[in-house]
Amino acid sequence: MIIAVPAENQSLDSPICQSFGRAPFFCIYDTGSESSRFLDNTAKEASGGAGIEAAQLLVDQNIDALITYRLGENAARVFRAANTKLLKAVNLSIADNVANFLEEKLASLEDIHSGYHHG
Amino acid sequence: MRKLLILSGKGGTGKTTVASAFIALSAARAWADCDVDAPNLHLVSGAFTKSIAKDYHDLPKARIDADFCTACGRCHDVCRFDAITVGSVYQADPIACEGCTFCLHVCPEGAITMEESKAGEIFLHTREDQVFSTATLKMGSGTTGKLVTAVKDQIKGVDAPLAILDGSPGIGCPVIASLTGSTLALMVSEPSVSGLSDLRRVVASALQLDVPVAVVVNKADINSKQCAAIKRYCTDEHIPFLGTIPYDPTVVTHLNEGRNLAHANSPAAVAIKAIWERTAALLEVL
Amino acid sequence: MAENLTIAVLSGKGGTGKTMVSVNLAAVATGATYIDCDVEEPNGHLFLKPKVFEEETITIGKPEVDQRRCDGCKICSDACAFKALAVVNKKLLIFPEICHSCGLCYHLCPQGALIEVEQSLGVLSKGYRDDLLVLSAELKIGEPSGVPLIKALINNIKGGITIIDGPPGSGCLVHETIARADFCLLVAEPTRFGEQNLALVHQLVSLMGKPAAVLLNKTTGGANASEEYAKANGLSIIATLPWDGQLARTTSSGDLAIDGSEHYRQYFSHLLAQIVEEARRA
Repeated sequence: MIIAVPAENQSLDSPICQSFGRAPFFCIYDTGSESSRFLDNTAKEASGGAGIEAAQLLVDQNIDALITYRLGENAARVFRAANTKLLKAVNLSIADNVANFLEEKLASLEDIHSGYHHG
Repeated sequence: MRKLLILSGKGGTGKTTVASAFIALSAARAWADCDVDAPNLHLVSGAFTKSIAKDYHDLPKARIDADFCTACGRCHDVCRFDAITVGSVYQADPIACEGCTFCLHVCPEGAITMEESKAGEIFLHTREDQVFSTATLKMGSGTTGKLVTAVKDQIKGVDAPLAILDGSPGIGCPVIASLTGSTLALMVSEPSVSGLSDLRRVVASALQLDVPVAVVVNKADINSKQCAAIKRYCTDEHIPFLGTIPYDPTVVTHLNEGRNLAHANSPAAVAIKAIWERTAALLEVL
Repeated sequence: MAENLTIAVLSGKGGTGKTMVSVNLAAVATGATYIDCDVEEPNGHLFLKPKVFEEETITIGKPEVDQRRCDGCKICSDACAFKALAVVNKKLLIFPEICHSCGLCYHLCPQGALIEVEQSLGVLSKGYRDDLLVLSAELKIGEPSGVPLIKALINNIKGGITIIDGPPGSGCLVHETIARADFCLLVAEPTRFGEQNLALVHQLVSLMGKPAAVLLNKTTGGANASEEYAKANGLSIIATLPWDGQLARTTSSGDLAIDGSEHYRQYFSHLLAQIVEEARRA
């Protein structure tokens, strides 16, 4: 299973970024091989639609689940179309969130905020 | 974090007067001026110990290289924003250009490039445990909705129970961007036919985005008949009516001196204090 | 007045009296056109109460996808500058509220799978108050941009005297509003808030090369920050309109100042003549 997490830094000890679309990096964690890699979030400087662009980036990585604090409505629509599991992050490091995920301790993400970004 | 947004529909009804008093009365630790088109909250927010300024970039805008342009006119034909001016060589108008890149795709000479454009500046002011986010829009730039979102993003992560947002007039993109994610929109109306007409439209805009609303009437005694009409509208629509503020010439004196009304003793200041208490009570249950 | 002159009334800050000045100026002019470009919150019709003879729905095109044709190639979503398109499992998702209606996606789609569908953006109405043509438009609730409505409105400028009642601020709607103006009348109030926003709109009209003058509204004889700004920045002061509680009541009731008051009828006739004079010189 492949999990994506918005990351402040390129390390599993990094806190999860509060923002989804504007996160500096995404951690892509493969539970099968227990390996991780970090992607630059090319959408973070986008002057609008950052959530959609970031979601497209992750969907293209064939992720199965996303762990995040928050998510806009538009990005959520992209993930729903891809059948990505959406999970609510807890205030711990990326590694601890992944551990919690594997123990099925993470709640599903309910509070999708409206994601308006027209010019 | 609860977000209280101050709106009005019609301009000049006293949004900033109310917002600045509320910030002081609630001892808010986070606030933002979402009226990036005509910001004023900084004038009554006092001095800060630290300020961080960041450039805000819009989508890159088209530029036509005169050395390569053959004036074939294709860019002009496809542009839906009237941003290409016709001449012996064509020119792209950076004010009208929205950065869609259609022209770049159709130019047979490769004469068009997209150039980064600065659309404004965002500021984050701090003192002790307080943060204030605001922005200035560069003249001729038009991306107010996205700039409002950027202003709000700056206080998103602040650990505070309440943020106060001063909104802009109207119902268009900056207002929609400011409404997004707000806990309550407090509408500062004025007792006039224009005030009521505009109030109806901004209330409908908020409700469409599922943001609850409440109403106050400023300068209520200027026209008591129109004030009664607004109250009646609120009753009919089941909108909480949180009070009236009398016309009070000392308000302008205070604001001109850069002071908010929180600690004043004038009739308007007393009314705003009572309205703040009702607003706080309403926020508790939302 | 046979002469063609388009006057945009602006303010930066809201509530300084733009609409009050615009409707009274329009009502004293002969055979003029009044255009309310404050499409988010149009109020001019509340004062002028025109007999509407025509209503037109203004539309804007948004993409819809024919899923049978779309093969999920991503050419459109990669190219969309506004990120209003995404492709998931070879299926195109469209975010119409983010779309700017630029038209690029239809042009690029190799399958012809994108269709432009017109959606209502608002209603433009035309009416008469005696010989005054009154045009206004109302943006549909929830629509982000009234720019296409403003474009449709100013395409109706027919010559003679045209008074354009502008939206507040100095953003995209104001650019559009003054694109065809010959002269800008800036209405300012004496406060520091008023002065700050007057400065912004003055910068904008200067950038766009439009001649302008300021009307100092709601003056009280005390300090006037807008007046100081105008003097310090070479902005011509065309007139002063002192604060008047009776005028505030008349206006708040939706009545024209010139209707019940010979003083105001003369005031606005004189103001219009001065503007024509100043615009001619500029």
